[in-house]
Amino acid sequence: MILKPLYRFASPQNFYHLSVLLTPWFAWATVLLMLIGLYGGLVFAPADYQQGDSFRIIYIHVPSAWMSLFIYVLMAVFGGIGLIWHVKIADVLAKSCAPLGLSFTFLALATGSIWGKPMWGTWWVWDARLTSELILLFLYLGYMALQSAFDDRRVAARAGAILALVGMVNIPIIHYSVEWWSTLHQGPTVSKFDAPSIHINMLIPLLIMALAFKTYFASVLLLRARTEILEYECNSNWVRELLNESD
Amino acid sequence: MSFQEFLHMGGYGSYVWASYGLCAVVLIFNVVESLSRQRKVFRELNKRIRRLESNK
Amino acid sequence: MHTHWHAFTVIFSRDIILVSRCRAELVNPLVFFVVVIALFPFAFGSDAELLKRITAGMIWITALLASTLSLEGIFRSDYEDGSTEQMVLSGYPLTLLVAAKVSAHWCLTGLPLIIIAMLTGFILSLPTQALQALFLTLLLGTPVLSLIGAIAVALTVGLRSGGMLLSLLILPLYMPILIFSMLAVENASAGLPIDAELYFLAGMLVLSITLGPIATAASLRIRLS
Repeated sequence: MILKPLYRFASPQNFYHLSVLLTPWFAWATVLLMLIGLYGGLVFAPADYQQGDSFRIIYIHVPSAWMSLFIYVLMAVFGGIGLIWHVKIADVLAKSCAPLGLSFTFLALATGSIWGKPMWGTWWVWDARLTSELILLFLYLGYMALQSAFDDRRVAARAGAILALVGMVNIPIIHYSVEWWSTLHQGPTVSKFDAPSIHINMLIPLLIMALAFKTYFASVLLLRARTEILEYECNSNWVRELLNESD
Repeated sequence: MSFQEFLHMGGYGSYVWASYGLCAVVLIFNVVESLSRQRKVFRELNKRIRRLESNK
Repeated sequence: MHTHWHAFTVIFSRDIILVSRCRAELVNPLVFFVVVIALFPFAFGSDAELLKRITAGMIWITALLASTLSLEGIFRSDYEDGSTEQMVLSGYPLTLLVAAKVSAHWCLTGLPLIIIAMLTGFILSLPTQALQALFLTLLLGTPVLSLIGAIAVALTVGLRSGGMLLSLLILPLYMPILIFSMLAVENASAGLPIDAELYFLAGMLVLSITLGPIATAASLRIRLS
């Protein structure tokens, strides 16, 4: 009952048209949220009494880190769906996630490093969270390398799915690393159930930026997946018609 | 807060703006790359279709 | 149709016999281990104090690399001559047969590596507590290396990019093992209890024993399709 409309959108052709429809909405939402979030983070939020204005890096660093984890889980889930139920669109979505996940992981590590220099006095430290986030970077790279090593797309997608699922072990390690080990990195401040230990004026831009990153991810993902599905289905009639129309 | 103070960021200006700049570069790069990839695929597929039609 | 246990022992003994025929396959990882260990003093300019501090790490990393290199061939010859397809079609659970191959690999590579590693640690005068911790972490860790590594090997068997891609996939998965082993050795040298690290390694071992062969079998099936 609920699944019926979902089945319809699992068809590559319907997905393509859905993507064309939705991408502009997500793109504009991103622009709007980014502008609000940037104003909130750079101007509205008060300077931290300990870290001064350098704490504003948080508005890039934390959303990037959240995205790096979120995208990996999504990639593994899509891969799993493609693996178990042989849904082409799931394979395509998983593959399209990877470069974005890589970008956000890199951004999280880089901004974290830049933030760490004035705060901790060093560009890098081998503590639990940083090291496990670095492992995540390598997992994304390995995933992309594995997919490009195969000529057959379907084999590539399935191999990637297995790798992504095996690498899922790393996600809880990253997330709970600051709780399990006493590390240099700050402990969790934003939890699902407790009142956050951060000032509300600082929290709101953070959440807005997080949302902005999500809409950004959605728009770029839909764009990449759209392109990928065209290549996948290049022999079918609907692709031909589409290309003839656009000529 | 003046614009000068805004840029200065309490002494941490270079770190803050490096981070935000890096973010802008990464996000824009992804968009540009995805769009150029789409254009490339359209071009290749069109070429392919033209080739197949001419072979008929 | 024979029992599952019989199938396991047949594949296990087959692998052991195949490797014993080619002694080089058996000895190469061990020679590699010793040679790489010997490289470190050259790199660090025989600074005795420094070398003493990094001995345990040197040993673990070199054991890890030797294990990875020898793991690469675990499925190759079977894939190339069609034995893998025979195993898939045999009617016995592929997971079981894969588990047999991985066990054979560990017995042939992991166990000798542990012995050589302990000897090396002893010769390089590692303190007793560190030696004990090293032994326990290697004992728990090397099977995990074989089991998890087998997944990556199954995914990349027969590919052109082979070894490099394999290392790129395997090493990030190995990092937690290395981290916890070195943590254990460090704590043991400082006289602290290492129960937590050993429990974690044991947990990883149980996880990889139960799920590793399943993932490896799935990977082989994907490659054969």
